[in-house]
Amino acid sequence: MRLWQRFTGNIDGLLLAIVALIVTLGIVTLYSATNESSTRMTAQFVNLAVALAAMWIVAQVPTQTLLRSAVPVYLIGLALLVAVAVGGDVVNGARRWLHVGVTRIQPSEMMKIAMPLMLAWYFHRRAATLGLGDYLIAAVLLAVPTALIIRQPDLGTALLVLATGCYVIFLAGLSWRIILGLVIAGAASLPLVWTLLHDYQKRRILTLLDPSQDPLGSGYHTIQATIAVGSGGLGGKGWLNGTQAHLEFIPERHTDFIFAVFSEEFGLLGTSVLLLLYSALIARGLMIAANAPTPFSRLLAGSVTLIFFTYAFVNMGMVSGILPVVGVPLPFISYGGTALVTLFLGVGILMSVARERKLMQT
Amino acid sequence: MSTGSIGRNLFTSQSRGIGGRLGSRGLGEYRDPEREVRRFHLRLAAAGALVLIAFGVLFGRFIYLQVIQHSYYHTKAEDNRISVVPLPPNRGLIMDRTGVVLARNHSAYTLEIQPDQVDDLDATIDALAGVVDIQSRDRKRFKKLREDMRGAESLPIKTRLSDEEVARFAANAYRFPGVAIKARLYREYPFGELASHVLGYIGRINDRDLQWLESRDLSANYKGTDFMGKTGVEQFYEQELHGSTGSAHVEIDAGGRSVRTLSSHAPTAGNSLVLTLDLKLQEVAEKAFGSYRGALVAIDPSTGGILAFVSRPGYDPNLFVDGIDPQSWERLVKDPDKPLSNRALNGAYPPGSTFKPFMALMALELGKRTPEYAISDPGYFSLPGQTHRYRDWKVGGHGMVNLRRSIVISCDTYYYGLASDTDIDKLNEFLSQFGFGERSGIDVRGEHKGLLPSRAWKKKRFGERWYAGDSVSVGIGQGYNLTTPLQLAQATAILANNGVVYRPHLVREVVDTVTGERRAIEPEPIRKISLHPKWVQLVKSAMVDVTRPGGTAARAGAGAEYTFAGKTGTAQVIAMKQDEKYDEKKVSERFRDHALFISFAPAEAPRIALAVLVENGGHGSATAAPIARVVLDYFLLDKKPEQPPVLDPDAPEEG
Repeated sequence: MRLWQRFTGNIDGLLLAIVALIVTLGIVTLYSATNESSTRMTAQFVNLAVALAAMWIVAQVPTQTLLRSAVPVYLIGLALLVAVAVGGDVVNGARRWLHVGVTRIQPSEMMKIAMPLMLAWYFHRRAATLGLGDYLIAAVLLAVPTALIIRQPDLGTALLVLATGCYVIFLAGLSWRIILGLVIAGAASLPLVWTLLHDYQKRRILTLLDPSQDPLGSGYHTIQATIAVGSGGLGGKGWLNGTQAHLEFIPERHTDFIFAVFSEEFGLLGTSVLLLLYSALIARGLMIAANAPTPFSRLLAGSVTLIFFTYAFVNMGMVSGILPVVGVPLPFISYGGTALVTLFLGVGILMSVARERKLMQT
Repeated sequence: MSTGSIGRNLFTSQSRGIGGRLGSRGLGEYRDPEREVRRFHLRLAAAGALVLIAFGVLFGRFIYLQVIQHSYYHTKAEDNRISVVPLPPNRGLIMDRTGVVLARNHSAYTLEIQPDQVDDLDATIDALAGVVDIQSRDRKRFKKLREDMRGAESLPIKTRLSDEEVARFAANAYRFPGVAIKARLYREYPFGELASHVLGYIGRINDRDLQWLESRDLSANYKGTDFMGKTGVEQFYEQELHGSTGSAHVEIDAGGRSVRTLSSHAPTAGNSLVLTLDLKLQEVAEKAFGSYRGALVAIDPSTGGILAFVSRPGYDPNLFVDGIDPQSWERLVKDPDKPLSNRALNGAYPPGSTFKPFMALMALELGKRTPEYAISDPGYFSLPGQTHRYRDWKVGGHGMVNLRRSIVISCDTYYYGLASDTDIDKLNEFLSQFGFGERSGIDVRGEHKGLLPSRAWKKKRFGERWYAGDSVSVGIGQGYNLTTPLQLAQATAILANNGVVYRPHLVREVVDTVTGERRAIEPEPIRKISLHPKWVQLVKSAMVDVTRPGGTAARAGAGAEYTFAGKTGTAQVIAMKQDEKYDEKKVSERFRDHALFISFAPAEAPRIALAVLVENGGHGSATAAPIARVVLDYFLLDKKPEQPPVLDPDAPEEG
C-alpha cells in the first residue's frame, strides 16, 4: 500500500485520466487506421509504455532539478542541432536525423522540451529585473535553434519549437504593445517570408487556398482528408467502416492524418468529444500553471500546456483543411514513438509542477 | 480558486525552496509578487481565450464539413469508392443451317496499356519486350490502334498471351504501372476463309464507329465492349449479336483496384444467328472454283434463303479480330485478286447471255414474240437503214431460230432484233420486276445496285437521249447492263419460283439466348409478278434444253440425274472493235471474258437457284457451268465431287 502510494503519489490523477481517455480513443482509431495491423498496434503499445515510463520519471523529478537541467539540456540540444546540420542523415530530402551509436535521434524533437525549459529558466533568473533586453536575449535563444530546424527543413517542428518559445515570452509578460507591434511587423514581412520558403512549402500553402488546383499532387492530402471528415457526418460511418480510410484514399492515415480516420468513423459526435478532451487537458494544464509557486514552474507549465494546444489545433486544422499541411501529429493519438515520448514528457513536467505545489501546501 | 489563495501560496513560498533563493537574490530591488502573479494569470486567461477561439473555429469547421456540407462530402466519398464497371455481354454465335458454329467466342489473356497512365510509351514497350514476346508487328499494330482510337483507355500491345507469359508478367507487374493483363473474349472464326464474305468480321470499335453509335444513342450499351461487326452478317446483325451490357457497382481502393462487388446487373448475351447457309454446300462451292476468282450465289427459291454465297478469293477474318497488323493489311489491299472485295454482293458485271431467258419471257409477256416466230440468222444484225453489223458470237449464224432455240443455242441475233423492237422503258419496267437494277435488300451491307438502263437514266447519266443502237446490245446483256451475281441468282430464283419474289437473306432465324425463342427472318414473299404460266414453262423448258445435247451447256449437263435448267453467259471485259475477232488465247488472262452461268433444279420443282461468275473464265460453258453442276450434284444428290471440276477456259464453245 505504501509502495503503491510512493508509485502514484506524484501522479496527477485528473491529468492522467484525461490523457488516458485521449490515448484510448487513439488506440481505437489506430486499430482502424492500420487496418487492424497487430505489428503496428504492438509497436504503439511499446511506444506508450516507454512514453508512460518517461512521464513517470519526470513526474518524480523535483522542479528544482528541472531548473538546474535547463541550461545543459538546451546546450546539448543546440550542439546536436549543429551536428545534424553538419553531418546528419538525409531522409526524404530533409536532414533531420543524427547517428548516435546504434540508433538515430532527431535533435529537433528534443528542442520542443529544451526550449521552454531554457526560456523559463532565463525568465525565472531575471524575474526580479525583467527588462526589454531580456526579451531580446530570449528571442535570440529561441531564434537560433528555430533557424537550424527550419534549415533541415522541418517546418512542423520549427513551428512547434517557435511556438513554445513564444508562449514562454508571452506568459513572461511581454508588453501587449510590443506584441501588437510584432504582429503587425510579422504581417508586413510575410511577403519576405514567402520568398524564403521552399517550393514545396509554398505549394502547400497555395494548395490550402485552392486544393482543386492540384488534386493528385499536393492537394490530394487536403482533398481526401476533407472528404473523409465531411463524409463522417453527425454520427460517423462507424468504427472500422470508414471507406476513405480503409480503401486507402487518405494518405498517412495512421500518422499525421489519423484525425481524418477518426472523424470519418465517429463523425461530429467524435470530433466534439475529442475537442472537449483536449480542452479539458489544456484547462487542467493551465490550472497547474496558475497554481505553480515559482516563475519557472509557471512559465514551464503554461508553455507546455499551450504546446499541447498547438499540436492539436495545427493537426486538426490541417486535416480539416483550414491550415496548410505541416508535419504535426495529433497529440497522444498519431502513431509514432518520438512524438508520444515528447508529449508524455510534457505531461510529466506538468505533474512535477503540480506536485511541487502540493508539497508547498503541506 | 481565488487569486488570493494563489497569491498566498506564492507568498509563503518565498521563504523557502527556489523562491527563497530567488527572493534573497533580489533583496535590494522592489518586487511585487502579487502583481507578478496577477499579470501571469491575465496572460493565462488570454491564452485560454485564444485556445477557446481556436477550438471554436475548429468546431465551426467541423459543423460546416460534417453537418452543412455532409451530403456533398458523402457523395464525394461514395464517388471515390464506388465505380460502375460495365459488364460486356457475350456476343451471339453464328451457325449455319445445320447448327455448325461459324463464329464463336473464346477467352484469352491480353496485355493492355493505358496510354494516359504511362509517361514514356516506347520505353515501357521496350521494357515489356523483355518480359513477353513483342514483335515489331505488335508495335506497329499498337501504333495504329493508338491513331485510330485516341480516346481509348486501354489498348492491347500483345494479344493471346501464353500461360507462361501471363506468369512472367505477373511476377514483373510492379515494374509496369498502367500495364495490366486482362481476360478478354475474342471472336473466332473456326473455318477461317470459308464463308468469310458472308460472316464478315468484327474489329475494334474506332472513333468513327463510336460516333455512329453515339448518333444512334447506342454508346451506353457499348461501354466495356471493344469490338463490333464491321462487315457481313457480323455488321448487319450487330444489334442482335451484341446483347445488352450489364453493370456492376464495385468498391475500389485509392489505387483503382476493385475490392468487392456491391451489386451487379448481369449482361444479357447477344442473340445467336442461324444462317440459311449450308456450310458443306458452301465448302463444295468454294472448292469448285479452284484458283479462279469469281462468285456464286445459291438461293432456295421457295424462301429466298441463301444456301451458298461465295466470293473468291476470300480472306481469313480472324486477322481482323485483334486489329489487323499493317503488313497483313497491306498484303490484302495490294493483292491484285482483291480478296477483300465481295464480288457476289458488289461486283457489277454485264450479265451477258444469262440475260436472255428474262428477255425471252418479256417478249412473250409483252406480246413482242410468239413461240412460233422464227428468224433466219445470218450471223449479224443491222438496224433498219444502217450498215453497222451487230455480230452474233457464231460466225455465219445459227440458221432458223425461234424463241426456244434462241435460248438453247444462245442466239445473239434473235435478241438484237427483240431488243430493238422493244421500247427501252417497257423493257426496264418488266425486267426490274426481277430485281435487275435494284438492290435485293439482302441482309448484308454494301450491295451494288447494278444497272438496268432506261431513258431517264441515260438522260441523267449522260445528258443524252436514248438511241435505237443503245437497245441492241442490251438485248444480249451487254451495253449498259450491269448485274451482281446476287441479282442474277435472285432473278433466277424468281423465275424458278414462277414470279413469286422473296427477299434474299442469309439469316434464317434469330435465337434468343435467354428464352431460346426462335424468330424467323422474312419467310413471307414480298411480291408476286403476274406471269402467264405457259410462257414461264416455255422459258424454263428451253433452259433445261440448254444442258442437254445441242445446248450450250451440254457438256456440263451430261449425265445429270435431275432436270437441270441453266443458261450460259459471257461478259466482255474489253470492248471489241468492229470486225475484230476476239481470240481468247491471245488475250492475256486478265482481259479474258468473264464466264457466267445461271441455273435452277430440279426444273419441275426447283429447290435451288444459282448464279455463277468466273472472272476471266472465258465462256460460261467452259468454267461457270461445271461449277454449277458440282454444286447442284452435291445439293440435290448429296454427291461430293471426287475431284474438283475441270475448268478449261479454252474449251471450245458449244452449240
